[in-house]
Amino acid sequence: MKKVTSFIKKNPAFTVFFILTLGVIAVAVFAPFIATHDPYEAVLTDAVQPPSSEHWFGTDRMGRDLFSRVIYGARASLSASLSLVCIIVVAGTFLGIIAGYFGGILDAVIMRISDMMISFPGMVLAIAVAGILGANVTNAVIAISIVSWTKYARLARSLVLKIRNRDYIAAARVTGSKNGHILWKYMLPNALPTILITGATDIGSMMLEIAGLSFLGFGAQPPIAEWGLMLNEGRAYMTAAPWLMIFPGLAIFITVVVFNLLGDSLRDVLDPRDE
Amino acid sequence: MKRNQLIKRLLQIVIVLFGISFLTFGLMYMAPGDPVQAMYAASGSIPSEEIMDQTREALGLNEPFLVQYVNWLTDCLHGDFGTSYSYSRPVTELMLARLWPTLQLALSSLVIMMVVAVPLGILSAVHRGGVIDYIVRGYTFLGVSIPNFWVGLMLLYVFAVRLEILPVVSTGQGFNKMILPAITLAFAMAAKYTRQVRTAFLEELNQDYVTGARCRGIKESVILWRHVLPNSILPLITMLGLSLGSLLGGTAVVEVIFSYPGLGNLAVDAITSMDYSLIQGYVLWIALIYMVLNLLVDISYNRLDPRIKAEGGKAKS
Repeated sequence: MKKVTSFIKKNPAFTVFFILTLGVIAVAVFAPFIATHDPYEAVLTDAVQPPSSEHWFGTDRMGRDLFSRVIYGARASLSASLSLVCIIVVAGTFLGIIAGYFGGILDAVIMRISDMMISFPGMVLAIAVAGILGANVTNAVIAISIVSWTKYARLARSLVLKIRNRDYIAAARVTGSKNGHILWKYMLPNALPTILITGATDIGSMMLEIAGLSFLGFGAQPPIAEWGLMLNEGRAYMTAAPWLMIFPGLAIFITVVVFNLLGDSLRDVLDPRDE
Repeated sequence: MKRNQLIKRLLQIVIVLFGISFLTFGLMYMAPGDPVQAMYAASGSIPSEEIMDQTREALGLNEPFLVQYVNWLTDCLHGDFGTSYSYSRPVTELMLARLWPTLQLALSSLVIMMVVAVPLGILSAVHRGGVIDYIVRGYTFLGVSIPNFWVGLMLLYVFAVRLEILPVVSTGQGFNKMILPAITLAFAMAAKYTRQVRTAFLEELNQDYVTGARCRGIKESVILWRHVLPNSILPLITMLGLSLGSLLGGTAVVEVIFSYPGLGNLAVDAITSMDYSLIQGYVLWIALIYMVLNLLVDISYNRLDPRIKAEGGKAKS
């Protein structure tokens, strides 16, 4: 307990942003208790109502309560972007560490593939992949993963290359450590802090990319309550019902800000060298 | 850039293009959905299974994968990217028609971005820790956190729907149609660049020669404009080239919002209507343009920075 209080005293910014993040996650988890209506229940007689005491954020063209949909949207956005970041961090780190440690052909192949992905605007390929595989959230996550893992592979590889030829690695090998053991006990822990910081700062921008794909119609499909999709649906009613695009957009914005702040402060906690 | 280095880069471009062509072709091949069916559906007729099979045969869709790939690649190398069935026009022609509007949009957003980012970055660096610095940093933080399609929608709502001073749909002629899309694209980019300018400027201000110049009593403005600015602006030129490349491929969302007749809109259309040859052509074209731009950036960087020429190293990308 004492440790916790001293940590909080030392990192007040991080603590605040961490609590805010927990708050956002809580909104997603406890959505059924926060939402005032069923987000999927269409009451056509109530279609396109402006915000009122009954419908805090108004209703959409199907008469669904926008506030409840925005709250439920946190689920779609958070689950998609968190799993996306997990996938690219795990896959990228794994490939990068292997490439850096073993070198040779394995390294050449992995790095050339990553060159291929980098020498190309990611969004184009992501749109193409999402469009070809068929539009849904899972495919959007896959599409963005395909173009985004390279960053972590490069990072992990460079971190591994830094320590690969150190004496203590040679010593481990001489004393009979297997490759798997060295990778798991020496290489991974060494790369992990930097990788995790990068991953945390990426959550926000990944959220934006997923929302962007959904907005284009290549991500979440109706009737799912997803912020990017809600903006797309609200776009047609811009003149008559501006609240349909104001609130989902605000929701994305606030969530991304919270995660970006958390990522930045996490960097300050884990990596004090950086200003 | 040395000769053999250039050849190596060109070779690399060819390899990457080859890989990307294989990847896109493979994806199309595996994709669910039948292009022949989509083709007939687009023309409004429902043909018998026999006719569809004949069409497949005629288009070579019954051949094995590798044969199809090689046939397609050979055509591409001859400059024939096939015909888009949803537009009934050659892919190359469609791409060229849409390239110019997107290029215009990309360039004007880059200009807007520079006009905003350079002064803001410099101001923020010079007044480090002051009120201006905090405001500017606040903007750079917001800029990377707001979804750019939402910025576009809000701008559209305020300026086109409420104030009615700009067109809602950017399909017409004239300069007006570009204002909102360009600002939307510039908004997030400027935030990123402002950060870069600020960092580069701060770094440069810490150099010994600046202290030396101050000691010699040279006016602060002269130091800033004559010495610090040229030195810190150089890395930005590299970034500009890269940004132009990614803008050409990354304007899709904004183009859709404003119904802008550019490449991005074309690509989204192509994917929605499963127009395979158009998608493939688009992906390859963008890859080629992007990599050639990267190469040009590296070459110009070598020319501009004598330190790199001496070391013979490669520019950071």
